[in-house]
Amino acid sequence: MRKPPSAKKTVRYLVILALCMFGFTFALVPLYDVLCKATGLNGKVDLDGPIVDGGRYRILPEEIPNRIVTIEFDVTHNKDMPWIFKPKHTTMQVRPGVVNSTSYFAKNTTEKTMIAQAIPSITPGIVAIHFKKLECFCFDQQLLHPGQEAEMPLRFVIDPAFPHDIHRLTLSYTLFDMTDRIKEDQTRG
Amino acid sequence: MSSITVDGQHNGSIEGHNHHHTDAGHHGPAKGISRWLFTTNHKDIGTLYLWLSFILFLVGGVMALAVRAELFKPGLQLLDPNLYNQLVTMHGLIMIFGAVMPAFTGLANWMIPLMIGAPDMALPRMNNWSFWILPFAFTILASTLFMDGGGPNFGWTFYAPLSTTYGPKSTDFFIFSVHLMGMSSIMGAINIIATIFNLRAPGMTMMKLPLFVWTWLITAFLLIAVMPVLAGAVTMMLMDRHFGTSFFDAGGGGDPVMFQHIFWFFGHPEVYIIILPSFGIISEIIPTFSRKRLFGYASMVYATASIAIVSFSVWAHHMFTTGLALGAQLYFMFATMIVAVPTGVKIFNWVATMFKGALSFETPMLFCLGFLVMFTCGGFSGLMLSIIPADFQYHDTYFVVAHFHYVLIPGAIFGAIAAVYYWLPKWCGHMYSETLGKIHFWLSAISLNLTFFPMHFLGLAGMPRRIPDYALQFADFNKIVSIGSFIFGAAQVLFLYIVIKTIRSGAPAPANPWNAKGLEWTVPSPAPYHTFSTPPMIPAETH
Amino acid sequence: MSLKPLQTGVAFVLAFLSGNVWADYTLNMTRGVTSISHDMYRLHMTIFWVCVVIGIAVFAVMFYAIIYHRHSIGAKAAHFHENTTVEIIWTIIPVLILVAMAVPATKVLIKMNDTTDSDLTIKVTGYQWRWEYEYMGKGVRFLSNLATPAEQIKNRDVKNPLYLLEVDKPLVVPIGKKIRFLTTASDVIHSWWVPALGIKKDAIPGSINEAWAKIEKVGIYRGQCAELCGVNHGFMPIVVDARTPEAFEEWLSQQAKKDAQS
Repeated sequence: MRKPPSAKKTVRYLVILALCMFGFTFALVPLYDVLCKATGLNGKVDLDGPIVDGGRYRILPEEIPNRIVTIEFDVTHNKDMPWIFKPKHTTMQVRPGVVNSTSYFAKNTTEKTMIAQAIPSITPGIVAIHFKKLECFCFDQQLLHPGQEAEMPLRFVIDPAFPHDIHRLTLSYTLFDMTDRIKEDQTRG
Repeated sequence: MSSITVDGQHNGSIEGHNHHHTDAGHHGPAKGISRWLFTTNHKDIGTLYLWLSFILFLVGGVMALAVRAELFKPGLQLLDPNLYNQLVTMHGLIMIFGAVMPAFTGLANWMIPLMIGAPDMALPRMNNWSFWILPFAFTILASTLFMDGGGPNFGWTFYAPLSTTYGPKSTDFFIFSVHLMGMSSIMGAINIIATIFNLRAPGMTMMKLPLFVWTWLITAFLLIAVMPVLAGAVTMMLMDRHFGTSFFDAGGGGDPVMFQHIFWFFGHPEVYIIILPSFGIISEIIPTFSRKRLFGYASMVYATASIAIVSFSVWAHHMFTTGLALGAQLYFMFATMIVAVPTGVKIFNWVATMFKGALSFETPMLFCLGFLVMFTCGGFSGLMLSIIPADFQYHDTYFVVAHFHYVLIPGAIFGAIAAVYYWLPKWCGHMYSETLGKIHFWLSAISLNLTFFPMHFLGLAGMPRRIPDYALQFADFNKIVSIGSFIFGAAQVLFLYIVIKTIRSGAPAPANPWNAKGLEWTVPSPAPYHTFSTPPMIPAETH
Repeated sequence: MSLKPLQTGVAFVLAFLSGNVWADYTLNMTRGVTSISHDMYRLHMTIFWVCVVIGIAVFAVMFYAIIYHRHSIGAKAAHFHENTTVEIIWTIIPVLILVAMAVPATKVLIKMNDTTDSDLTIKVTGYQWRWEYEYMGKGVRFLSNLATPAEQIKNRDVKNPLYLLEVDKPLVVPIGKKIRFLTTASDVIHSWWVPALGIKKDAIPGSINEAWAKIEKVGIYRGQCAELCGVNHGFMPIVVDARTPEAFEEWLSQQAKKDAQS
């Protein structure tokens, strides 16, 4: 039976639609990121590099608001990640607009060289967008030899636009073992 | 399944006023197994889909019975937890992709050309491929159960990282099989749209289309929109597992929650894909047995379209406990509640069709009435689930299992079963036994309530989903549920017997046993191998 | 004609009457021991009754037709098949009902999301297949494992009444204080659920979530993991032991001493 000519057009459009939806799925990945950053929604996983113009968020000493925000520093070890990994301060009282520094202590307690990645997450989600990292060990992977220790710095500023009704945020880092992954990439690449 | 009439054109009662047969090269169907392997005939392909779906329905059902046998009593007695998780996963995958979707695709293949006065589907060869991909895909999927490490054990929703980082080796075959099923569905959907848009007989305008055709048209668009998204999701899984990417792995900068967003962007429209054709069937059968036209045809079309469109924007109601931002939670709650409105409109329209009609209760109508009551109950539990604070107590409990089985079984499956009883006379030329059909209905309806109604209570009492063993306070209801499930299973074996008996030795069926409207009833029973080679005259009222 | 609605109706009535009456046969959601769990229960019952009323109305019309509009008793079908006014009415009324439901639901949701001004923070970490609890800033941290003996699970011993709902080290908390729960996981996604507290929050690796509860009554509250996390998903329960603030402080200082020593 001959296919009526106009069906070809319909089929062509539908195939294109199917392919576009497949592409759309992959586009969802950057779209998801863009939406999270733009709206601040679900601003939990944020691997931005250091804030380039951190100065934007600093304000003159006389204009620093008389408002304290408590930062809680927390650590989670992902599976098979036995390193010692501890914040220098478990809490800090900071003011918006002021640059603060702290650090995390890490020690590879195993017998083999390992590469770690710290992934940050902030709660409540809506304030994540106001926590600006000027320098963070989470931007890079950390290689430690057996027994090696490291003091890993974190410099940040709370954006003055931080909501007034929230007085505390928790910054939690999860430490992941990326050793095998890096090895795989190297053998593959 | 259709009885073979060689050179069937001559049996046509109304095949247009022109009885000259210009279709040179039309002989009856080929003989033997090559008929079925190489057929491009929509009736044959419909038959193939329907039998595949029935077989997989029984296979998925046996898996459910194994699960229910384990859950008959507290303790681990029959299955180890890993096998249990595999059976739960496969039950879901097989029922959704192997039973429900192919059943409706089979019905679409058989009935859409007949309903629109077309000789066949627009792309008959692609139609053959769409079908034959499926046995291949399901063989691969089933074989994973026997692979080292076992088959998929992460639920049919295969969340990352359980399915990516922690999935068994067979997961890659699972992914391949999902790709195949997706391709089959997409090709089938393209075929359906191309057929409906381009092959309608002259005079069959869009607003004269039977509702089964409308609901399938809309379903086909949903399929083309979201099956590729599922394909994307499983491709990303494959890439995370083997190609060093980190879409869903937090360690590499990805996000497990993004998996859920992508999956449910497919997953929510998917559940409408599963139910809309059933809505279409109900809209065919209730008017017939009410002897009254469908109430509010235009609203039914618009309601179906609105359900389909809104279905794209509610996906995160499956994710309320993941820690979504407040604004997102509120939006998804409102949008989900709104989708109840067009669905409610459809229920009201069906009841209004019955009201002041002249009702009779043959088996197809019984299954439709079962649908009306019990699908509505499933809809109510869905509405309850949309209320987020309450959902925090329902989510991932047996309350959800109750909800979706009420919309799936009395919803989708009863629609498919009703369609089989309704159109079986057309397909094979024989009437089924009304007594046996009624027994099948009552056994199914009662046992399914016995099985799934107590699950509401189990969920409210605190029983989570996907557990092979449970605390003692859940024991009594679980026992009732398990007993009900075995009765339901037996009832479906009865259905198999009824279908086979009808095909082989049922009483001869007239062309229009139900005195129904619709072009399919204008051709003889059984329908000739080729129908509407010349377009028919369209009657004044087609629905 | 049909048994189904009768069955359904009886079951619904039973559901309503239960709860308090049948301790073993819990048919309904727990009211719980926090204001949020009470709110959840109230919303649940409200939407339930809304559904019952709509269901009765719709099924009444349907069953009226089934009984009085039968072909076999000589009914003749009417010819109407549309009525725009009626259709508009039965579209608008459900919308209004939904809006009415959305208002209290929104209020409770906003309340649930307000984790400010808490008195105590507990971090909950999900593992395959156990929970870890850490009292932030108090130096107390421990794992909480299922305590039911394998013999009972394998049917070689009689099951005790707390079968699958008991742990070796429960989470001890004070009543009357706003407790903030942070949840995360170390491998796959889990979910921390205690119905009596009205808390269910996914524990996602690489991510931190928060929820809160202010427990009103002393008691033991049990929950389970609510996200498929592998083979022993059904075997990682949660036990919360809510005590008076004084008893809690005493327990906490003892734990801190023990942890400091080890």
